Amino acid sequence: MTIGSPEKVTGARALIKGLEEEDVTTMFGYPGAALLHIYDELYDSALRHVLVRHEQAAVHAADGYARVTGKTGVCMATSGPGATNLVTGIATAYMDSIPIVALTGQVPHSIIGNDSFQEADITGITLPITKHRYLVPEAKDLPRIVKEAFHIASTGRQGPVLIDMPKDVINGEFEYHSIETVKLQGYKPTYRGNAQQIKKAAEEITKSTNPVIYAGGGVISSNASAELAELAETLMAPVTTTLMGIGSIPAEHPLNLGMLGMHGSKYANYSVQGSDLIIAVGARFDDRVTGKLQSFAPNAKIIHIDIDPAEISKNVPAHIPIVGDAKIVLRSLIKHVKQCNSEAWLEKINEWKREYPLTYEQGKSIKPQFVIEQISEACSNAIIVTEVGQHQMWAAQFFKYKEPRTFITSGGLGTMGYGFPAAIGAKVGRPDKTVINIAGDGSFQMNSRELATAVQNDIPVVSVILNNGYLGMVRQWQELFYDRRYSHTCIKGSVDFVKLAEAYGALGLRVEKPSEVRPAIKEAIASGRPSVIDIIIECEENVFPMVPAGAAINEFIGLEGNK
Amino acid sequence: MKKYTLAVLVENKSGVLAKVAGLFSKRGYNIDSLAVGVTEDPEISRMTIVVQGDDQVLEQVTKQFNKIVDVIKVSDIEGDDTVERELALIKVTADVTTRAEIIQIANIFRARIVDVARNSITVEVTGDESKIQAIEKLLRQFGIKEMARTGKIALVRGPNKV
Repeated sequence: MTIGSPEKVTGARALIKGLEEEDVTTMFGYPGAALLHIYDELYDSALRHVLVRHEQAAVHAADGYARVTGKTGVCMATSGPGATNLVTGIATAYMDSIPIVALTGQVPHSIIGNDSFQEADITGITLPITKHRYLVPEAKDLPRIVKEAFHIASTGRQGPVLIDMPKDVINGEFEYHSIETVKLQGYKPTYRGNAQQIKKAAEEITKSTNPVIYAGGGVISSNASAELAELAETLMAPVTTTLMGIGSIPAEHPLNLGMLGMHGSKYANYSVQGSDLIIAVGARFDDRVTGKLQSFAPNAKIIHIDIDPAEISKNVPAHIPIVGDAKIVLRSLIKHVKQCNSEAWLEKINEWKREYPLTYEQGKSIKPQFVIEQISEACSNAIIVTEVGQHQMWAAQFFKYKEPRTFITSGGLGTMGYGFPAAIGAKVGRPDKTVINIAGDGSFQMNSRELATAVQNDIPVVSVILNNGYLGMVRQWQELFYDRRYSHTCIKGSVDFVKLAEAYGALGLRVEKPSEVRPAIKEAIASGRPSVIDIIIECEENVFPMVPAGAAINEFIGLEGNK
Repeated sequence: MKKYTLAVLVENKSGVLAKVAGLFSKRGYNIDSLAVGVTEDPEISRMTIVVQGDDQVLEQVTKQFNKIVDVIKVSDIEGDDTVERELALIKVTADVTTRAEIIQIANIFRARIVDVARNSITVEVTGDESKIQAIEKLLRQFGIKEMARTGKIALVRGPNKV
């Protein structure tokens, strides 16, 4: 068919054509009654559909796929429970500004609102957790809506968009026309920063002797890593990253301070507190980063670069706000700046780095930090995906990331169970890369049945379970703030992960000695199969450094892990 | 707490009102009034929203409004020179002894009697908030059975649009 010539199609066919026109090659989903027409179209479509075992995995996989490829991830679920199972994953993507398009089936228009079988008001439910959402009125609207949805998801501050398709829309016929352009009156993201503001920022930067660049996930979303490094090197300014910003600058870069905030390095937090100028790029001053707001970077002027005007001065007032895309703004900023007079400052920071390195004590038992270091050495180019909890923080602290889009984690929402399905999506998106899901024994159990997805679709993801027999992060808080009353956090011995892996047809390995860690990782990767390595670690190891919630970020507790 | 009047132009689509209302409730903002109607362009609706809060929260809510894809424009017209109107329908208890007095009050306020029954009179009054409050206060002595108000609508004076 030539573009523009009419052809009678169903809504289902129009959806597939729309996806193809958006260069979608892969989607993750789970069928259901409302989607039968669409799945019938998929039966002989070139589009790859990865069948998951629970809709939550479809959305996390689409999210992981989006994070590693930079493309928009696509997932699909049927009406009612299928749609509501997407909710956690949509919220996860929303909090981390990840572009996904979630497709849901819906009961026919004629019975919407009647509490019909498998009906859920998913556009209503996802109202606060989507960038935009559509309940498609008629089949003929689908091409336009698909085009708009991908446009909205992938531009400006990226995020999830939901398209809810009633069955009469999916089955209805109309004359298909490709949509060439998107017309949205109320949607015009700002990419280019205001030139005056950029000049003002440059002047402020020139005056600074203690600058710190604070980089967030926005640097990764806008592919601005090269610009970030260039700015840092031009200014000779250190860079601290948020959890979401990890990978935006290489871990080993001499100006990198690592992560800041609650579990940030001491030298990163001290640097922020001692700085006279913070250049925030694509970061949103989250409470896990700032700690007590009133005492955050007390002597610093703030330059805040963000594509979302609503983030400017939301938590911390910005002296010089610049609304725009990180890459474009940094490019123009670099033209106006020169090296700061920061020698003494960098010397001070290097002293802190020497004095307070991230460290741990190796004993007879396996230390989780040691495992991360082993993975980092054995496969330094891997994509690391995590679940949420202690292992996530250790993975953030101890793996030496080299590139953006190689550390995939649920930062904003903190979704346990995210990692494994996201790793599946990551591996589908980057089959050339080794993908390792670093998990806790608690988190892994939340979506472990996706082993079936990995095995059936031959997606060789390695899951490394740091098994301490506890819901470790909550246990740590109970130890520190609740007098070691471990209420409902012990899960020791609840499952044999090796047998679990084997039951699904995956490779299962158990590691109980430090010397076995490296060989097990190598064996799992070499096997080319979905694998689970159950590593029995020190059960009461804590994540340090740590700033308790609500304290200033230079007020650390529990220093034994951070001598 | 300050009072703000926001004029919000939105695409005339379902779900916009819910999203706008949701933004207020998320921030603990109370909406004093909200009036919605179609504009000169049938595809665009205008919301006039009166809220109370402080400047910082208002700024944040305005920014959040602008993020809604279907919101075209948000203007704070509180300080501007505006024409503001609200309409109220007030059903007042009335019998032969009070009817004349109620009609007299209505006339003074240039309100209209739009319905009369054996035991009630319904008054339609248009004006700014203070006028409506004033007539409501006067009619209260007779017993107000029921009242409905549209909420404020407003346009900036002169040739300019928001």
